[in-house]
Amino acid sequence: MVDLPRHNANFCATHLQQLCVRQVQRAISDFSMFDDSARILVAVSGGKDSLALWDMLVELGYRADGLYIGLGIGEYSEESHRITSAFATERGLTLHTVDLRDEHGFDIPTAARATRRVPCSACGLSKRHIFDRETTRLGYDVLATGHNLDDEAAVLLGNTIRWDVDYLTRQYPVLEAGHGFPRKVKPLARLTEREMAAWCVIRGIDYVVEECPMAIGNRHSGYKETLNEMDERSPGTKASFYLGFLDRMAPLIRSTPASQGAPEACPSCGAPSSSSETPCAFCRLESTASAHEPVPVRMVLNRTARRAFDAQWGEE
Amino acid sequence: MIVRLRQPRREVEMAGGRAAYAVLHDLGLSREGHLIIRNGTLVPSDTMLEDGDVVEIRPVISGG
Ligand code: SF4
Repeated sequence: MVDLPRHNANFCATHLQQLCVRQVQRAISDFSMFDDSARILVAVSGGKDSLALWDMLVELGYRADGLYIGLGIGEYSEESHRITSAFATERGLTLHTVDLRDEHGFDIPTAARATRRVPCSACGLSKRHIFDRETTRLGYDVLATGHNLDDEAAVLLGNTIRWDVDYLTRQYPVLEAGHGFPRKVKPLARLTEREMAAWCVIRGIDYVVEECPMAIGNRHSGYKETLNEMDERSPGTKASFYLGFLDRMAPLIRSTPASQGAPEACPSCGAPSSSSETPCAFCRLESTASAHEPVPVRMVLNRTARRAFDAQWGEE
Repeated sequence: MIVRLRQPRREVEMAGGRAAYAVLHDLGLSREGHLIIRNGTLVPSDTMLEDGDVVEIRPVISGG
């Protein structure tokens, strides 16, 4: 049994699974994400959301394979890889793997230090590039990511606080294919983190419970905590904020289907890019980071995150 | 009872005879952001926890 305050009810294992499956089916159908014959590539990290998504899609009979990216974030990445591989092997699923260090000569801590970017920025850029490239290269129809309602509500809160109109008009559970980018969908957009974690516990899915050391104290986590505090006082606030945006605000501000713009091709790797003259952002990152000597993950953490990292994984 | 916490992994000994939400409150943890797993089974936060229970408080928030 688990209590879901936004539904003001306790759910048994069977009903929780029914709720999750219904919400995923509704998201897939409401946003026309894909049809029964689509070949789906699921971006898997070893965390609860992506493994739950993969599990649900397979359970619903979709043809879904996984793609894992080795980010080189110390023991966290090692455990994520082990858990993701075990998940795929136990269920006889196909898992593709790209290791940043092996294939591109750098890892996230090194990229962050070499380019003076915050780690999540270097990481996001690398993941987007590789997920897009592999979805297209391997011939999948769509890339599915495990972004849940809490993720989307936190992004919406950030976009709203900054009144980032450009991002607000594009924040949607589907990004159409275009300019060489694959179609991207977020089937968990109607489900909370609490529901996804409960799904994993009930289904016996082993996942990495500890969050990425780079996430500790970042702004995105702060927005999530704020929304959860509001939900604590008034259950359902978080869901109504995001789902209300999708129902009532998004139709007003989205004049055309959300798409991805980059009309040129990178002269170095051929990926979609804003210029055909200069290498794309990922190629520039790769060139700087791969020339830098490897940086251990501890060295790019702030003091709070380093303390948490040492307590969790031990000092290196 | 033994209470297992995450991030980082650690264990604390606490007195039983209290509802799980009261334990969350004492630890300064939100109900929405944590699951209660008592003796290996997921339970709602109004469950009474007893001496002798092994209780995992599992955070559900992931950053990034
Ligand atoms: S928290 Fe940041 S560094 Fe860690 S996996 Fe997420 S985006 Fe990458």
